[in-house]
Amino acid sequence: MDSSLTSPPHGTSASTTEIVPVRRPRRRRVGAGLVAAAFLLTGCQLPTFGEYKGSTTQARTEYHLWQGFFIAGLVVGVFVLMLITWAIVRYRRKSEEIPPQHQYHTLTEIIYTVVPILIVLVLFVFTVLAENKVTALESNPATSIHVYAFQWGWEFEYPNGVKVIGQTTNDPTMVVPTGETVRIRLDSYDVLHGFYVPEFNFSRYATPGYSTYFDLNVIHNGTYRGQCTQLCGLYHSLMFFNVKSVSPADYATWLRTELALAKAHPSSAPQLPSGVHAGGGTSSNSNAGGLPYGD
Amino acid sequence: MTDVIAPPSVATEETATELTLPPQVPGHGIDEGHSGGHEDHGPSGILKWLTSTDHKVIGLSYMITSLVMFYLAGIMALLIRLQLSSPHSSLLTFGQFNQLFTMHGSLMLYLFAGPFAFGGLANFIVPLQIGAPDMAFPRLNALSYWLYLTGSITMMMGFLVAGGAASFGWVAYTPLASSTSSPGAGGDLWIMALALTGFSAIFTGVNLVGTIFYLRAPGMTMFRMPVFTWNMLVTGILILIAFPVLTSALIMLFCDRHFSTHIYTAVGCHLVSGAPYSGCGSPLLWQNLFWFFGHPEVYILALPFFGIVTEVLPVFSRKPVFGYKGMVFATMAIAALSTGVWAHHMFTTGAVLLPFFSLLSLLIAVPTGIKFFNWIGTMWHGQLQFSTAMLFSIGFLFAFLMGGVTGIMLAAPPLDFAVHDTYFVVAHFHQVLFGTAVMGGFAGLYYWYPKMFGRMLRENLGKWHFWLLFIGFWVTFMPQYIVGLLGMPRRVASYPSNLGWQSYNIVSTVGAFMIGVSFFILLVNFVVSWRNPIPAGDNPWDAHTLEWFTTSPPPHHNYTHLPPIRSERPTWDYNHPNDLTVPHGKTARLKKEKVPVG
Repeated sequence: MDSSLTSPPHGTSASTTEIVPVRRPRRRRVGAGLVAAAFLLTGCQLPTFGEYKGSTTQARTEYHLWQGFFIAGLVVGVFVLMLITWAIVRYRRKSEEIPPQHQYHTLTEIIYTVVPILIVLVLFVFTVLAENKVTALESNPATSIHVYAFQWGWEFEYPNGVKVIGQTTNDPTMVVPTGETVRIRLDSYDVLHGFYVPEFNFSRYATPGYSTYFDLNVIHNGTYRGQCTQLCGLYHSLMFFNVKSVSPADYATWLRTELALAKAHPSSAPQLPSGVHAGGGTSSNSNAGGLPYGD
Repeated sequence: MTDVIAPPSVATEETATELTLPPQVPGHGIDEGHSGGHEDHGPSGILKWLTSTDHKVIGLSYMITSLVMFYLAGIMALLIRLQLSSPHSSLLTFGQFNQLFTMHGSLMLYLFAGPFAFGGLANFIVPLQIGAPDMAFPRLNALSYWLYLTGSITMMMGFLVAGGAASFGWVAYTPLASSTSSPGAGGDLWIMALALTGFSAIFTGVNLVGTIFYLRAPGMTMFRMPVFTWNMLVTGILILIAFPVLTSALIMLFCDRHFSTHIYTAVGCHLVSGAPYSGCGSPLLWQNLFWFFGHPEVYILALPFFGIVTEVLPVFSRKPVFGYKGMVFATMAIAALSTGVWAHHMFTTGAVLLPFFSLLSLLIAVPTGIKFFNWIGTMWHGQLQFSTAMLFSIGFLFAFLMGGVTGIMLAAPPLDFAVHDTYFVVAHFHQVLFGTAVMGGFAGLYYWYPKMFGRMLRENLGKWHFWLLFIGFWVTFMPQYIVGLLGMPRRVASYPSNLGWQSYNIVSTVGAFMIGVSFFILLVNFVVSWRNPIPAGDNPWDAHTLEWFTTSPPPHHNYTHLPPIRSERPTWDYNHPNDLTVPHGKTARLKKEKVPVG
């Protein structure tokens, strides 16, 4: 996948030179072949360029797109950088002679207009393909979790009614099954928040009055740190959470245990901080549907 | 070389064709200005600054005020960087920190970058570049400045009221900016300040467009206007598109805060599983309106500085700007595209994931790329002289290249999801905005300072300023890309100490202080040039455009006589009649040499 991001131009030039032998095919064929082969062989072993490799399948898609964009940016950036540097070094003033006063060169102008358009179109195609994968919603997710953000914490509500609530002083942990599709429905009780897990290469605003949905397929068991990214007031800096991914069997066990605990000790059930409902737009009982706010 | 194309209206003598200008401003006689000296017009001293409608006085007022705002916002930035140099710093409280980054952004964007460019430099330079005696509406121009000054003071007053200044970020996202989440007068002062400066910007936009369309000197056709003036025309039009939207949105926000109109709040919503909300206000409406202003605003802040660089590079390369017409059309294309890309600021809302916005955002790279190749083409085969203004312009090229490449990445929604609201974005928009507004803006200051005051800034101090700034710029912002990719969100006053973010933040803070020192050197340069003036003369740079034909500083109503205007660089043509522009390179040149033989 990632190799195809950058190789099409090289790939096509290699194939045309094989069919139609032209005057200087050798260097081009060897060069193009080397580049294509390098990308094919290295595959995912391309450098990460600073980005997380991604702990969900969606994050992997983003990661490969990042690699493609980074290489494209590097090539274009270094090319322009070399042009600027060359101009600075080569054409510094050596005499008081007035240089030729040329202003236009039509062929150059056409090239530097058309080539960027082509580059942009290629990038756009890969962007749309990756975006569709990242935002795709599976028709039958294994589980779905309703996430509510509030000032300044998180509430995770599971299909069987289990709730996990935590704020600034104690970070809540969202438990999810590894290798299965988890549907997240994201809402906010008060202001905008940002649901962001760096290793998932993904963030989404929690907007009051606007539910949003996305899928996560965590690849390996593990605990991943998350944090609010959208400024939400005084303690925005302290709005952490964790995502803990466990095997589906462990997940089912955990859900049952939590439910039993909640039923045995209803008084110790997690509570939202008082005042969370004050400025907001949604109701925590929203699964019932159709409830007006403000009662 | 005598066979230059001359419009029939212009006399064809080789030298000093003087055109006496008809009086263009009603109420002023033709008896003034013929001596070319500095005459007294109206009051002097402080009263002159308070009552003047002269575009040069107003332009300088704008520049001085916006530079004060720039230094204040810079000090705020240094405080922010100090706080972040350790994970749990007790230098600032969370509340103070939120106020500081809000005001840093607001001052830099609304009260420095824009007013410095279109209120200050453009006000001073555009009438000179097109041979006009003043702006089209001098009194409106004065009103613009006084609204801007009032707005600036209003915004700073926020620090004096109970609860402090606005602390909801420079974008004031609702519902955080509502009266429930951000009570207090600070937010209201912020809204009023922006409304005032918004009107100021709109009036300046009207003035710029009117001046450029109606007050050009004889011979100054549209395609003989310098690129700076072209960019200011397009900026003026963008202001007229964008700022009314902001002002209206602000008024609605004010009503939300005080009259419970609930335009941007979701109170009263009916939440139905799987169905959209209905019957309530929308927090997303604010984002749509704000960014419909906000993205053109980015180019309102960028185009003037592109224009400055396009003036400086040809002068210090001793060549005409390469691909002049392509450059003009690229500017127009950027402006047109900028009105259709606002939703790329909202990809992570999940509400506007149309590929359309992604495509248009990516396409902006094309006209911007054209500009880059124009700038490089201008230097190509030139005779480059690295004055301070030229160094700043080249520094701009490097900075904007980096900011542009990362901008392409952010135009792709999947990549935006990964780094949105992290320090990656902070680094990106600082490289773009700092790269244009500061590198470009101070290139303009060093370039036009001799014209404004008739005296030079010291080149050696200028070079210290540049190199400290340039190195500090990379030291500050490159680590922010890395720490952003690691996951550090923006607008946090503290961060976990076990994630390895601190070292990057320390480097960034060191860089910020290098930038701070560099701007101290600029102050020294001002003082030195004021205490021991070196006279500049009319045209110290052997520059190209009309403003360098008049005296430094220019007399009241700017010109006593004009050179013939036959290209976009009349002063150069006048001083170098044997080195006129050869439009199409070698072939054109050969043909020209054959003409006398035949």
